[in-house]
Amino acid sequence: MEFFRISRTIPFMRYALVFNVISLITFLTAVGFLAFRGLNLSIEFTGGTVMELSYRAPANLDAIRNAIALTEKGDFQVQSFGSAQDVLIRLPSHPGLPSGQQAEAVFAGLTAAPGAGEAEACAALHADYARFTQVPVADRTAEAAEALHKQQDRLAGQCVEMRRVEYVGPQVGSELAQDGALALLMVVLGIAAYLAVRFEKKFSAAAIIANLHDVVLVIGMFAIFRWEFSLPVLAAVLAVLGYSVNESVIIFDRVREHFRTMRKASVVEVIDSAITATISRTIITHGATLTMTVTMLLFGGPALHNFALALTLGILFGVYSSVFVAAAIAKYLGVQRSDLVRPVKEERPVSP
Amino acid sequence: MNRYPLWKYLLIVVALVFGVTYTIPNFFGSSPAVQIASIKATVHADTTLMSQVEAVLKGAGITHQGIALETSGINPAIRVRLADTDTQARAQKLLETALNPDRSDPAYVVADNLLPRTPQWLQDLHALPMYLGLDLRGGVHFLMQVDLDEAINKRLQTVENDLRNLLRDKDIHHAGIQRSGDQLEIRFHDLQSRTQAIGVIHDSNADLMLKEGGTEADPLIIATLTPAARTAVQDNALKQNITTLKNRINELAVSEPVVQQQGADRVVVELPGIQDTARAKNIIGRTATLEARLVDVSADGAAATSGVVPPPFGSERFTIGRGTPVVLKKEVIFSGSQLQGAQATFDDKQQAAVAVELNDAAGRTMQQVTRENLKKPMAVVLLERGRGEVLTVATIQSEFGSRFQITGLGNAQTANDLALLLRAGALAAPMQIIEERQIGPSLGAANIDAGFRATAFGFAAVSVFMIIYYMLFGAVSVLSLAINLLLLVGMLSLLQATLTLPGIAAIAFTLGMAIDANVLINERIREELRKGTSPQQAITQGYERAFATILDSNVTTLIAGIFLFMLGSGPVRGFAVVHVLGILTSIFSAVFVSRGVVNLIYGSRRRLQSVAIGQIWRPATGGSTRA
Repeated sequence: MEFFRISRTIPFMRYALVFNVISLITFLTAVGFLAFRGLNLSIEFTGGTVMELSYRAPANLDAIRNAIALTEKGDFQVQSFGSAQDVLIRLPSHPGLPSGQQAEAVFAGLTAAPGAGEAEACAALHADYARFTQVPVADRTAEAAEALHKQQDRLAGQCVEMRRVEYVGPQVGSELAQDGALALLMVVLGIAAYLAVRFEKKFSAAAIIANLHDVVLVIGMFAIFRWEFSLPVLAAVLAVLGYSVNESVIIFDRVREHFRTMRKASVVEVIDSAITATISRTIITHGATLTMTVTMLLFGGPALHNFALALTLGILFGVYSSVFVAAAIAKYLGVQRSDLVRPVKEERPVSP
Repeated sequence: MNRYPLWKYLLIVVALVFGVTYTIPNFFGSSPAVQIASIKATVHADTTLMSQVEAVLKGAGITHQGIALETSGINPAIRVRLADTDTQARAQKLLETALNPDRSDPAYVVADNLLPRTPQWLQDLHALPMYLGLDLRGGVHFLMQVDLDEAINKRLQTVENDLRNLLRDKDIHHAGIQRSGDQLEIRFHDLQSRTQAIGVIHDSNADLMLKEGGTEADPLIIATLTPAARTAVQDNALKQNITTLKNRINELAVSEPVVQQQGADRVVVELPGIQDTARAKNIIGRTATLEARLVDVSADGAAATSGVVPPPFGSERFTIGRGTPVVLKKEVIFSGSQLQGAQATFDDKQQAAVAVELNDAAGRTMQQVTRENLKKPMAVVLLERGRGEVLTVATIQSEFGSRFQITGLGNAQTANDLALLLRAGALAAPMQIIEERQIGPSLGAANIDAGFRATAFGFAAVSVFMIIYYMLFGAVSVLSLAINLLLLVGMLSLLQATLTLPGIAAIAFTLGMAIDANVLINERIREELRKGTSPQQAITQGYERAFATILDSNVTTLIAGIFLFMLGSGPVRGFAVVHVLGILTSIFSAVFVSRGVVNLIYGSRRRLQSVAIGQIWRPATGGSTRA
């Protein structure tokens, strides 16, 4: 079986201009959204508290919002997370309030009214929890805590459950944001340096521009659709940057090879034939990697959702930019046969 | 021809054996156990306790499946493996009451635990299951910021007092000592006393950097801590806080707690399995005080020691470690905040000792007390949770001041422990929680399921595609992909790297990327065949030509992975570790192993007419043939 039966060179470069205009427009749109709307940063970057609650039946988000509004003065968010039963609450940080107590107060407030699908007995548990949290932390006893836990265990699966609480102080948030930006910069510089050594300058410049274009598009998508941009998403973007640069590398490898073998051909013909020769491989390998990321998107649960989304988008944009953007930029930068084909001794020896 | 020398096959076999050995511990699951650890600073779980535990269990007719003393962790603990959870519950209750006769003052915590069911011979090879991150097993995570400025502040305060006393003792007149920020300004009436002072201070305190300043009429010295002294103060403060935290966490009876320095001024605390953040915080943030007091050697005091009569007025009864009672006077000679340092050392008879250094004020009190109480015993007591625990009792041998030694400790280990306890009694600098995560156990289990499912389904889908599309070569690719997974999990287990949810995602992503190399090779071979190259040569050239490209693509991903590891933290670092290791294992398996398998299948056939790599379509003839 072979999917791609390409009998002649596909004139990719003929359409390059159209695609480049499209790229430029989408790129500018993404930059515009990033500049004016900004990213929906997770609390890892902004500081604050996140709570994940799991109800027994589909939760009533409005009722939850009203209950929180009684105690919480700041700008909080309530949204469903993964399924209708699971709810994610994001609270802003209040200077001076000890970590964790904000979440405790909100949870105690939420359980004052019966939650969706809860058993009768939960009311007693919630009352005990509220009483427990009224006690200053320093005066709480191990016995009281243990009694509460026993009760929680007994009613497990019948009452609303606090699945996760995360608190990030504001100073940590700003540091993580800085480290993230630094990581992005270092990865870009590192890859640029490698390509500059490995290839000719014009190619490495073209590859870097093309792949930065991918990064901006992926991050731009997160800005446009207000998807939450978290630390794992940043990691995914960086990983995919390293991965998709390699696509440009493969095409440029072929361009170099074809410059050697196709002595008479024009630059455009060489680029077209190189892309044509690699297109089957490009689609199949990326198809395989996409299969993995899409399964992650479908089966990885809500915790991996945005991470898998960033990987998937990154791979798609990576293929697009390697085929239509990178080579075209190299062409605009005026790449010539003499840039790549150096004296014969440079050639990699090929064993028979 | 396409043949591997024997050593290459041997290498592959060794790698496989390694992979299998270190991967299988992950599949043994875990069995219920109870863990016994001490919560007293002076009591340690040891072999005596172990035989006591065995006797208790035997007495109640409970058979255990192994008992071991673990000394590798933060706190030595005894772990008893049991058949099922019912036995576990019984043993836990039984041991708790048997080991803690005094319920109001327990010495040990007996907690339920899970132990990996890995066979002993594997454990001897250090083959253990992967360490799961909190997002997979549930628990609490704290990131604490240590206020190191406060530690410097405290130190400067002491230095200021010391300087005042020093100048007074040496009879050098000064016009006042003032703090301004991180420096001390000492004013003088004339230049001569300043010169004198510089000499004196220089001789007595090596930690200070002195600079002359002011005018001729109003001369002054600006004293600052040397950078080395500053770093030492901060390092000690951080270490002391970490030790204190470790001691306190023992009380929570967590099976594998993590207390680790992160960066210059932060401490990470991870408590798997703990759900009650409030209580954990309460214990972590508790204040403890250290006090030195005289032993009440009066007749009444001696009588009270046996516990028959109440201690006399002005005295209190304490216990040393688990047993020996001692009656101490209530007056405090010095407290922990006046303690400047405690180091394990050797005395002039080459016996283990602890060198203690007090600040000047405490030194003066000490001088007076020791003069009046020669040859009498003195004790150091740690007060925590309203209860006291005597760390050591020593006899005053001579009159001394702010520097003295505690001797007669037996061995170096005891001296080390005592020095640590003296230093760690209280937190050196205030700490603040700046990040907190609490993950419920059900969420952790759900995360493992989701991550596992995603990886398995993805792997299956890719495998099916590869085999249909590339036939035998596809099967070889899948085999090498499976070996890649095996080696990756083996490496992660061997390194005991923390596996997080993004880490599982990285495994899936790495597999997706690893298949890239095999596709590259297979496509190249097809291309060579299409050109009409003979099958054997097509295999050789396919592998060789693809290798340069594979290397290139992996280098760029490796760059991204390394920077992520350097700049990431927590779960992201888990992602980066898997990513980087995965790239390394994938080069090995995709290029080296898969070539080996192909060589094994085709390499020895001389007149090879065709290889099963799927249909090769030749554009020139327009038709399709099997090559």
